[in-house]
Amino acid sequence: MTFLELTGVRKQFPGGVVAVQNFDLSAARGEFVSFLGPSGCGKTTTLRMIAGFEQPTDGTIKIDGKDVTNAAPNKRNVGMVFQSYALFPNMSVADNIAFGLKIRGTPGDKVRKRVDELLELIHLQDRGSRYPYQLSGGQQQRVALARALAIEPTVLLLDEPLSALDAKIRIALRHEIRQIQRQLGITTVYVTHDQEEALELSDRVVVMSEGRVEQIGTPFEIYNFPATPFVASFVGTLNAIAARIVDAGSGRLAIGGREIRTTSTLTGAPGDVVGVALRPEMITLVEGPEPDVGPGRNVVPATVKDVAFLGAVVRFGVIVGEGDEAASIDVDTFNNPNLAVPAIGAPVIITFPPEACLVLGTDVPEVTRDALAAAEALL
Amino acid sequence: MSGGSGGTPGFGARLPEAFESLQGSLNPSPKRRRGRGALWAWIVVILGATYFIVPLIATLEFSLRPEPPTRAYVNVLADKRFFDGLRYSFIVGLITIVLSLGLIVPTAYWVRLRLPRLRPVVEFVTLLPFVLPPIVLAYGLIRFYSRQPLVLTGTELGSDLLLVAAYVVLSFPYMYRAVDNGLASMDVRVMTEAAQSLGAGWFRILWSVIFPNLRTAALSGAFLTLAIVIGEFTIASNLARDAFGPYLSLLGRDKIYEPAAVSLISFGLTWLAMIFLALVARGSRTRVQIGGAR
Repeated sequence: MTFLELTGVRKQFPGGVVAVQNFDLSAARGEFVSFLGPSGCGKTTTLRMIAGFEQPTDGTIKIDGKDVTNAAPNKRNVGMVFQSYALFPNMSVADNIAFGLKIRGTPGDKVRKRVDELLELIHLQDRGSRYPYQLSGGQQQRVALARALAIEPTVLLLDEPLSALDAKIRIALRHEIRQIQRQLGITTVYVTHDQEEALELSDRVVVMSEGRVEQIGTPFEIYNFPATPFVASFVGTLNAIAARIVDAGSGRLAIGGREIRTTSTLTGAPGDVVGVALRPEMITLVEGPEPDVGPGRNVVPATVKDVAFLGAVVRFGVIVGEGDEAASIDVDTFNNPNLAVPAIGAPVIITFPPEACLVLGTDVPEVTRDALAAAEALL
Repeated sequence: MSGGSGGTPGFGARLPEAFESLQGSLNPSPKRRRGRGALWAWIVVILGATYFIVPLIATLEFSLRPEPPTRAYVNVLADKRFFDGLRYSFIVGLITIVLSLGLIVPTAYWVRLRLPRLRPVVEFVTLLPFVLPPIVLAYGLIRFYSRQPLVLTGTELGSDLLLVAAYVVLSFPYMYRAVDNGLASMDVRVMTEAAQSLGAGWFRILWSVIFPNLRTAALSGAFLTLAIVIGEFTIASNLARDAFGPYLSLLGRDKIYEPAAVSLISFGLTWLAMIFLALVARGSRTRVQIGGAR
């Protein structure tokens, strides 16, 4: 059942800038939804509209069936965690957590009990009397989370809460956030531009670009079946290749003059150029003669262009075809000490299954002409 | 390529040395630079200290000339009008500070939060007391509030109120700047939104979040205001108030050594106030860290 519902939400700032348009979202109780997108895509503005800090120009926002579109922020019972922590520097950790409860007139003994519970939840039992400036960034953000949770909000909103932290703490804290969210079963909206964060934490991800929703789906759907060229390029590393249709009906295409097959819906006349997305980790690279990979799998000869060591992954850049038809493709392989690294310029074979070859802009029926134009621009 | 060591051997051989020497004189070594900087810093400090200390020593020396040397101080401290004037000005100063804070803090906060474009206008308005001579302000107030519909100068209380109101206006430049600087040191918008999301209304936000974090800034504004009020003469004199300023003026007209003694006592009181401010600020826990890892 829908718990948080945004219908036709649009935000236009004075001066005419449209930050968010046609935003629709239905989130179930206890669901963890992430807004993912580049800076300026409207994700924070949407979050701020849910919090009540911004008023939508059009559309409605409902929480638990109640229309809160025009309700003041302090009347929504929505917890918010900010990127900059926003702890009150004049108050101790315990007082920060107790702030919302005191406003609600909660009796002193209940406030103390709740504060102790939350301090335990964030593993800062012995830091209650400290002041924010005496804590590390990660500890401050945990206090901010506890403070937002203290009031038992209907919806928890997190605005890039880990952006100001270093990588190690960020990873530890995001596990902690997810664990706490699952434990409390609180409906959560999380804003981030970090795809890894969004994919790991969320039940569903809303990918946004230029104020519009590009795709809403589970992390699996978003990563494996991008609905638009933008999603395909923004989420994960992607090979965006121009391919020529050989026979749309049987899903046959040509890359660099070599025929391949796709399971994606393909429409168009033979010779038409379409955008094809191919994840680097879905491709296998082999040296030597053409391997027997079984029926159906695409097998394409290529030449090694460069090799990059990225720690756990080795990325090979290969060229398929020659001249104007040549396509540049990245192939990812897990690093291991016995990995045979082909020399630059060596002939290799790349293989990938037909289902790994996504034809951009044709997989989802509601894809617009604009998206197709964007796909062409991308290529 | 000509030049350097290529074209004319004699000149070319010396050119790098000459260049190094020139470079050395233009860019002295860091050690030499530090030495020169320290020397200049000491000269500036000594000049500044001299500028402030010499008049004080001269005043002290002058105030100690009568026989016995403490006579001027004993006379001042034995004068009931000294304490009456000081007490009156102190009370008026405190009321001024409360009213000024009550007016300036919400205004500066709201301007920063919702009306940032109005900041230059508000800053200009708060600077008006610097532009407007106090005598003009005093006469304007007296003329306006001596006739209907609001006659304030007819009663002691009315005149006191008028004096406080005038002092609130005089305190604007100091109080607004102090408070505005204090607000600049915190992320007002995020703090407000954090408090709002926790259910706080405007009064609660101001009282529990904004005011406590402005303690140091408000105190510095308050002491500046107190210093202005205690030494103010023009308005208090024209409103016929027995304040400290008119008392000082009267003393300077009638006595020789006592004004110097009073000046030094006032100076001492101001220093006490500054020390108090420093102590309070040191005890402040309002260090703001808005973001970033520690």
